[in-house]
Amino acid sequence: MELPNPDPRPEGEVRELERIWATPRGWRLVTAVNNTVIGLLYLGVAFLFFLMAGLLAVVMRTQLALGDNRLVDQDLYNQMFTVHGTTMMFLFAVPAVEALGVMLLPQMLAARDLPFPRLSAFAIWAYVVGGLVFFSTIFYDLAPKGGWFMYPPLTLMEYSPGDNADFWLLGIGFIEISAIAGAVEIVVGALRTRPPGMSLAKMPIFAWTMLIFASMIMFAFPAVILATMMLEIERAFGWPFFTAALGGDPLLWQHLFWFFGHPEVYIIFLPAAGLVSMMIPTMARTPLVGYHLIVVALIGTGFFSFGLWVHHMFTTGIPALSLAFFSAASMAVAVPSGIQVFSWIATIAAGRERFRITTASLFILGFLFIFTLGGLTGVMVAMVPFDYQVHDTYFVVAHFHYVLIGGFVFPLFAAIYYWMPLFSRRMLSERLGRWVFWLIFIGFNVTFLPMHLTGLRGMPRRVWTYPGEMGWDTLNLISTVGTYVLAAGVLVFLVDLAAKFRLGNGPQENPWGAGTLEWLPNDVYSTRSIPHVTSREPLWDRPSLPQEVRDGHHYLPNAPTGWRETIVTSPIHARPQYVIQMPGPGWPPFLAAVFTAAFFLLLTVKMVTIATICGVLAIAFILVWAWGLDPGPSKGMIEIAKGVRLPTYMSGPTSHSWWAMVVLMFVAASLYLAYVFSYLFLWVVSPEVWAPTGSPEPPPVSWPLGSAALLLAGSGILWLVGRRLGMFSASRAAMSVALLLSLVCLTGAFALELRGHLATGLSPDGNAYGAMVYLGAVLFAQLVFALLIMGLFAMARHLAGKLDAVRRVTYDSYALLYHYTVAQSLLGLGLIHGFPRLIG
Amino acid sequence: MRLARYFAAVSALGLQGCAGLQSALDPSGAEAERIGTLSWLLVLFSTAILVGVCLITAVALFGGERWRARIAGERIVIGGGLVFPILALSILLSYGFYLMAPGATEARSQGGLRIEVVGERWWWRVTYVDETGRRIESANEIRLPVGRPVELELTSADVIHSFWVPRLAGKLDMIPGHTNTLTLQATKAGINRGQCAEYCGGPHAFMSFYVIAMPEDQFSSWLAGEAGDASAVKQDQAAGQALFLSSGCSACHRVRGTDARGTIGPDLTHVGSRHSLAAATLENDVAAFVRWIRDGQHVKPENLMPPYEIFTDGELRQLAAYLDQLR
Repeated sequence: MELPNPDPRPEGEVRELERIWATPRGWRLVTAVNNTVIGLLYLGVAFLFFLMAGLLAVVMRTQLALGDNRLVDQDLYNQMFTVHGTTMMFLFAVPAVEALGVMLLPQMLAARDLPFPRLSAFAIWAYVVGGLVFFSTIFYDLAPKGGWFMYPPLTLMEYSPGDNADFWLLGIGFIEISAIAGAVEIVVGALRTRPPGMSLAKMPIFAWTMLIFASMIMFAFPAVILATMMLEIERAFGWPFFTAALGGDPLLWQHLFWFFGHPEVYIIFLPAAGLVSMMIPTMARTPLVGYHLIVVALIGTGFFSFGLWVHHMFTTGIPALSLAFFSAASMAVAVPSGIQVFSWIATIAAGRERFRITTASLFILGFLFIFTLGGLTGVMVAMVPFDYQVHDTYFVVAHFHYVLIGGFVFPLFAAIYYWMPLFSRRMLSERLGRWVFWLIFIGFNVTFLPMHLTGLRGMPRRVWTYPGEMGWDTLNLISTVGTYVLAAGVLVFLVDLAAKFRLGNGPQENPWGAGTLEWLPNDVYSTRSIPHVTSREPLWDRPSLPQEVRDGHHYLPNAPTGWRETIVTSPIHARPQYVIQMPGPGWPPFLAAVFTAAFFLLLTVKMVTIATICGVLAIAFILVWAWGLDPGPSKGMIEIAKGVRLPTYMSGPTSHSWWAMVVLMFVAASLYLAYVFSYLFLWVVSPEVWAPTGSPEPPPVSWPLGSAALLLAGSGILWLVGRRLGMFSASRAAMSVALLLSLVCLTGAFALELRGHLATGLSPDGNAYGAMVYLGAVLFAQLVFALLIMGLFAMARHLAGKLDAVRRVTYDSYALLYHYTVAQSLLGLGLIHGFPRLIG
Repeated sequence: MRLARYFAAVSALGLQGCAGLQSALDPSGAEAERIGTLSWLLVLFSTAILVGVCLITAVALFGGERWRARIAGERIVIGGGLVFPILALSILLSYGFYLMAPGATEARSQGGLRIEVVGERWWWRVTYVDETGRRIESANEIRLPVGRPVELELTSADVIHSFWVPRLAGKLDMIPGHTNTLTLQATKAGINRGQCAEYCGGPHAFMSFYVIAMPEDQFSSWLAGEAGDASAVKQDQAAGQALFLSSGCSACHRVRGTDARGTIGPDLTHVGSRHSLAAATLENDVAAFVRWIRDGQHVKPENLMPPYEIFTDGELRQLAAYLDQLR
């Protein structure tokens, strides 16, 4: 292969890169946005939540060690298991996965950073502040106590007065924000910032899993976002989505929650499996056996996981036919997991030398055992009659701890030992590592293996105590002892971490002799030059690569625009397309995150005025940050390799911001589909409250038609402006009038829709039909609000001379979301106004 | 299933008291027996596969050159990860469907007795509806005739609960706005314990009950007695009854045949004859009544009956004695 930059590089380029990518020092560290810095913060905080929620588990196990124990009282225990589950799922597992993605994905792709560094920083800080406040509620008796699944009606105001349940909704709100932001980053990162030559078929498995992870978030999280919105609205304003007496249904929550909740398990597990698929080949010194099969299996798992949610609801009395379908689907998902397990075993066997036993390998082998066992008990509970017995018992507690600790925590520990040299000057101790592994492995099994029997012997979950004479004492005592052993293992790990972890680059470049790009020579700017990739294990197939990269013989060995930059490549074949100029450190994302967190927190404790001020400040800082984006084409073309010149600016469907908007639109569309599902679901449950018989008839057709006409007019205006942006943007007046007109059409359409329903006398809190109709308006209003800000922002950009026919990303984003909103609202008008007429 | 019995016997060793009364491994009902068989089958199936995977992994790690080479290709991935699971799971699934089929339809044909159970925070409202449509109110305990399938109609008055008697059958949720039907068929006379299996807030841990299976003839005479009013009080219980009626107890509780007509709390007409108090939280004796009335919030925190600290010790004893003789 001919090197992209064969000639010796001029002096000073590395210093220039170091200057541009320097991490801010001192208290300015919070303004850092580079993926390695904030990724580490992200993982560190997620791990802190793991420790704190783990501590709660130790206290709970102590309480359950003996029957009739009164160490912890009932109310505190109920808060503890709620916070334990919520924290482990939402504040530890999902963020830890995203943190690994933020830290490792750009390194594996030899990208200098993720495409939206400030978005990552914003999401992470909102999570840190919000998560810590959520967790601290356990210390002052304000923690939620409805279980991590928060089933209504138990969590409605009537049965859960006080702010406790609202804190749960708040905590989830943050994780929703950071998960969606992370999904945008990761989809665009994995598809558009791969190094030249790394086609999809050469992408590391971990990148595949992160891509699937992010896609699953796009479709799964909106269901829980809608559910939490509905629950909060019902708690605050009494719109009866879940109240059976008024036409609502508690089961709607369960459908939405588990439509998210089951994929959530795979959202956590798939990236962990991806980590394992990266580590095993290194330890076996041979490429992964069955790469293609694994990719197909991963996609299959992601797909199937959306068809399993009802297996959390086998005992709710749903019809036998659905039971059969979901039972079969739940078993089918075992197949792709089986493919992965056997691929790993085959890879271990395939190495010419024996599999190296390091601490990371031990954790991987432990994972194989535990995950297989958890998978098998998963097959057992997929059998409907068996589930009738063990559902909501300690058998299920054992099952999902096997799957989640085995399937995620063990690979996480393996990953920490394995990738530590990338982030720390010293590696962790392999000698203490043996202790860590065996204590955790033995402790884990002693804790959770007996629980299978405890459950079959009849002990339900979520009980704070049990009568001493039930025959559960001995089993529980064994489990508790196991918990202490497990905790001791974690403690040894912390000691080792404290002794060895020192931020910086490792003692050796590639201590394990791995084949993938994250082990190239690294510094704050990632690799000196971005390699041309021709195989799946570039470091094995081209031993000279690290030196070539270090000497700047590959792509973009310098910083020609003087900004932080990375190469954007085509999504499938990874052909270089343009160079992104990325923002560096700054206060706005940090401050916007803090004020966003403050907004939600203060709203939860009903301090509305200060909350509003914080909300406005949060938006203001987001706008300040957005103002600095869209740099325009002023830097022209730059040379990234000998004879390869790329533009430094791109708008339209090739640009990364267009892709991000498309991802966001998928999220919005999933949210809306969840709404349509909920509407039809409640109609099936309670047709008697639906218009036209059970509620006021919908407003006359002229109202929705007027609304639709305005929407189409607005869309038409923006389409015209978009086609002739040069002509419009040449005149301040024409552009401003056009943008304002589009906003007037939009708000007019919304006002007509709302006014029409108000005029019929329909109220949102009377019955489920009214609640659903007005919820449609709420979803409409959200988009209108976002578009008002974006439209005015675009106008300001134009007036400031920062928006024209070429520099048009701000306009394109606005127009894209606008057209989407029109499409969604037309569908909504059809549903809200057409459906009652259809059935009436 | 001799094997199943063997395992059940082994697992029951070393237990006393009410140990095992709530164990799915010691079935005394038709559905629980069917599921029990399935359970042991699943345990064997899973154990065999786990051992198999461990063995193959051990070969991959420690095996000789030739052995390792044999499992190093994509063949094992397709065989072990695709073909085998599809075959094994299809067989398992068909067996599961076969097992699911009978339980549901069997009972309906028998007609006759029906029991409505309503989950309340944190107790069970039980209503027997006999062949003639007569409704007999009770609470926190269910009696069944051995051998006869009985249909239970389950719903909830407030939050979601779940009805579960492991020795008789699997669980079924009680959801506001829904009525779920569960069929219980006891195969042995005796006491079984049940417990709410869906977290329902506060003292969820103390929402249990007993199901007592009785031979058919004993059951019908018991039901006849349960249908009747409370027996007339003897002279020495009159003071207790007067306290019950005058202290506000009757606002929530009903004792048929007296002026106590409350329906918020459990029906107490025959409370003295039940196996337990406060939804299987306490034994049923005079001392337990005293504790419950005065210290209910300690015994079962957050339960919806306010603590009655207005009574003197003497009054408490009178009240308890009255309740105890409501048999």
